[in-house]
Amino acid sequence: MSYEAVIGLEVHAQLLTDSKIFCNCSTKFGSNPNSQVCPICLGMPGVLPKLNKRVVEFAVMLGLATNCRINKSSLFARKNYFYPDLPKGYQISQYELPICENGYIIIKVKGEEKRIGITRIHMEEDAGKLIHEGGASLVDLNRTGTPLLEIVSEPDLRTAEEAVAYLKELRQILLYLGICDGNMEEGSFRCDANVSVRKAGETRFGTKAELKNINSFRFIQRAIEYEIERQIDLIESGGRVVQETRLFDSSKGITISMRGKEEAHDYRYFPDPDLMPVSFDEGFVEEIKAKLPEIPYDKRRRFINEYNLPEYDVEIITTDRDIADFFEETARLFNNPKTISNFIMTEILKELNEKKIGIRDTKITASLLAKLLTLLNENKINTNGARAILPKVMESGRDPESFIEELGLAQISNEDEILKMIDEVLKENQKELQEYLSGKDKLFAFFVGQVMKKSRGKANPKLLNELIKKRLDELASK
Amino acid sequence: MELKDLSLSKISELLDKKETTSREITEVFLKKIEEMDKKTNAFITVCYERAVDMADTADKRRAKGERGRFLGVPIAVKDNICTEDIKTTCASKILHNFIPPYSATVVEKLLQKGAVILGKTNMDEFAMGSSNETSYFGPVRNPWDLERIPGGSSGGSAVSVAGLESPASLGSDTGGSIRQPASLCGVVGLKPTYGRVSRFGLIAFGSSLDQIGPLTRNVRDCALLLEEIAGYDEKDSTSLPVEVPQYSSLLTGNIKGLKLGVPKEYFIEGMEEGVTKRIKEAIEVFKSLGAEIVDISLPHTDYGIAVYYLIATAEASSNLARFDGVKYGYRAEGLKDLKEMYIKTKKEGFGEEVKRRIMLGTFSLASGYYDAYYNRASKVRTLIKRDFEKAFEKVDAIICPTSPTTAFKLGEKTGDPIKMYLSDVFTINVNLAGVPAISIPCGFDEKNLPVGIQIIGDYLKEADIMNIAHAYEKAVSGFRFSPFI
Ligand SMILES: [Zn+2]
Repeated sequence: MSYEAVIGLEVHAQLLTDSKIFCNCSTKFGSNPNSQVCPICLGMPGVLPKLNKRVVEFAVMLGLATNCRINKSSLFARKNYFYPDLPKGYQISQYELPICENGYIIIKVKGEEKRIGITRIHMEEDAGKLIHEGGASLVDLNRTGTPLLEIVSEPDLRTAEEAVAYLKELRQILLYLGICDGNMEEGSFRCDANVSVRKAGETRFGTKAELKNINSFRFIQRAIEYEIERQIDLIESGGRVVQETRLFDSSKGITISMRGKEEAHDYRYFPDPDLMPVSFDEGFVEEIKAKLPEIPYDKRRRFINEYNLPEYDVEIITTDRDIADFFEETARLFNNPKTISNFIMTEILKELNEKKIGIRDTKITASLLAKLLTLLNENKINTNGARAILPKVMESGRDPESFIEELGLAQISNEDEILKMIDEVLKENQKELQEYLSGKDKLFAFFVGQVMKKSRGKANPKLLNELIKKRLDELASK
Repeated sequence: MELKDLSLSKISELLDKKETTSREITEVFLKKIEEMDKKTNAFITVCYERAVDMADTADKRRAKGERGRFLGVPIAVKDNICTEDIKTTCASKILHNFIPPYSATVVEKLLQKGAVILGKTNMDEFAMGSSNETSYFGPVRNPWDLERIPGGSSGGSAVSVAGLESPASLGSDTGGSIRQPASLCGVVGLKPTYGRVSRFGLIAFGSSLDQIGPLTRNVRDCALLLEEIAGYDEKDSTSLPVEVPQYSSLLTGNIKGLKLGVPKEYFIEGMEEGVTKRIKEAIEVFKSLGAEIVDISLPHTDYGIAVYYLIATAEASSNLARFDGVKYGYRAEGLKDLKEMYIKTKKEGFGEEVKRRIMLGTFSLASGYYDAYYNRASKVRTLIKRDFEKAFEKVDAIICPTSPTTAFKLGEKTGDPIKMYLSDVFTINVNLAGVPAISIPCGFDEKNLPVGIQIIGDYLKEADIMNIAHAYEKAVSGFRFSPFI
């Protein structure tokens, strides 16, 4: 019997606003506990929330970027439950009439595109944090009131791989919009997964389990895979899946039951009487639309068409919007997109990853990279030289050419000089030469390598190749 | 200087003429509080020292030539309105020690004008009650008859005025909590249009119904106090961004040709004869002033109580969730875990009536009941609102009794919540609709207890209803707002 999994995801994205959603407190991460609080976010008696308009803007941005219908009037509701990190005893969220509905994003898995529906996107406030220390439980309310967007997908996902692809795409969109930093470790991009299985061909959904507390792509993949397997095993052995909330234990790679349906909260949602409906006109939406950056999916398609790059390259250089922009700026100055993307992928990204920084944190500009690639193109330096110059440029922002002399990287393009080195190498490697001459062609590369080594990497590779070939041909014809 | 003469306007006049000082006036009231409060229990906190300090500050400002209607004028504030550094308890054990780090917008406004806060007045716990018997700090007694209740929930605020313990006070009105005690104590009380006055700093009971308003000795003082506290507040999203008229300058006393509607649904069985009589007499007074009396109908009146007790309690159940012992206020002791902290703190910290309403509200929001209760109630609320809108197409204001009875005896209705809830039958729909209404004294029943008449206006027509009230006040040559006159 074969089974099919049905997966829906709920993502909580913390927004990069300067202040909280209903008060003026800062949203900075990692400050001293309870240093970013005021009577409003502490839920003191008598205080009232005041909506931060940026949050509405950000929600509309994401709604537009995910093809949602934007509701020009939406409602805040109270979600009532008790927990010490929730100072008011309710969370202000949206329930009936969220700000965005009925969207989709396109993911690609195993070369196949698939459209994943987005049921809704709504605005809400984050809760605080509990810290358990020395037998006591402490409450830090700095995070309380940090704006969140909750993005709920349709149950359109069928595999753990699709789920991860969806999350990566969604995260990338948020990063492109600049409204969330996507940091999963710090919890600014969090995910819960609803997983059920059904027999192949069945159209009704099976009973779902909700997986919580998964904070990396790898864990999401593993948690969902584990859960699918668990549910199938359960059914196969005559059992039944029960509706429950399960936690992923990353150390064991398994999911554990947290609470059953009977213990599920009744949140007693009702419209928050302290806030007016969130209303705006078409002009507001149009204004945001006009400022909206290209979304990753469109950018990738355009790069493939416009720059004639392989899909693989495009995938990589568009991961980060800054890199993609950097590529495009460079492409305007240096007319060989493939060379640029190669250099970015093999050299620049390596540097950035090693230093764990972004392209904007360095001093390299598109025009400096174009210059560097021009030097390479004109054989003034070789790849090794470019590799040596790159970190210097990134650090200093100086003209790449100024490093050629300083680092002694000028390429040797003098034929006599190279021929001299070739002759020396051939002389030093008589045995290999004889073998070559008796037909072992493969040794050609060996000679090239030896000469390059002798030149300390500075020999013009193209010229070197030509000259060795010429010399060996001469010897062979003797 | 006699206390009974010290209305808001009189005080500022005396201060302007330098016939007295704010300190002298403040001390007179503080002394009266000390004497009266043993009997009435109108105050939870009296700011003996702080009030004198504030008065001295005001006197210094006046000495420098500064003037202002409220500069150095004392006032009492209901204990559910936050006052920075002054205990604000909501008459509840759960907040018995709560000192807010900020002031409500209305308090902030008065303080900026140099008003002196005499103290915080007693009330029904969390404003839930119609008799002021649910206070953790004991019941308030009516100065007209100390065996009787003063009405609620702003009982302390009304009594502080009627007992001459303050010239005026602030109260809050969710279903009649200003107007009903004003009526039962023989003073003036106004509930503004929803959104007219900022709710920021008012400890919420029913957020979509609550409004802060004045309780005063006469209509002019009511207008003066309202124009001071009203206005848009960016801290309260539900406050209305509408200009505030200078109400006190609009009291012409001329109501000739105005159409006053008398709703037939507001003369019900069970209404005391003394009340009916006085209301009918008052209607005659309005006629004699040239107003046209029109019979009208507010057909959905009867649903008011049911709708109110679903919506107000639903909102309250959520509003009061924050009192959990975690951050401030009372926390039970000897707890073994979190759940026990919640349960014991709330069980011990809230009184019976508050617990009853939290349960009611929780139930009306519970999944499976929401549509039948909260949602249905919200729809009927719209119908009640429409009743008023239709009525105001025909009339300029509506007149009716404020309460079906005069002050009843302490303990008389505490055993029967439904009977108690009916005390608000004439005031509740005004909150559900969000329109403004004022209660003014209109004589006494056979037991010599005050009767009040309510004048209800269309949205933001506070000026109109105060003018109608003022016309009546003039016609009857002023109110006897205290038994001590
Ligand atoms: Zn804050």
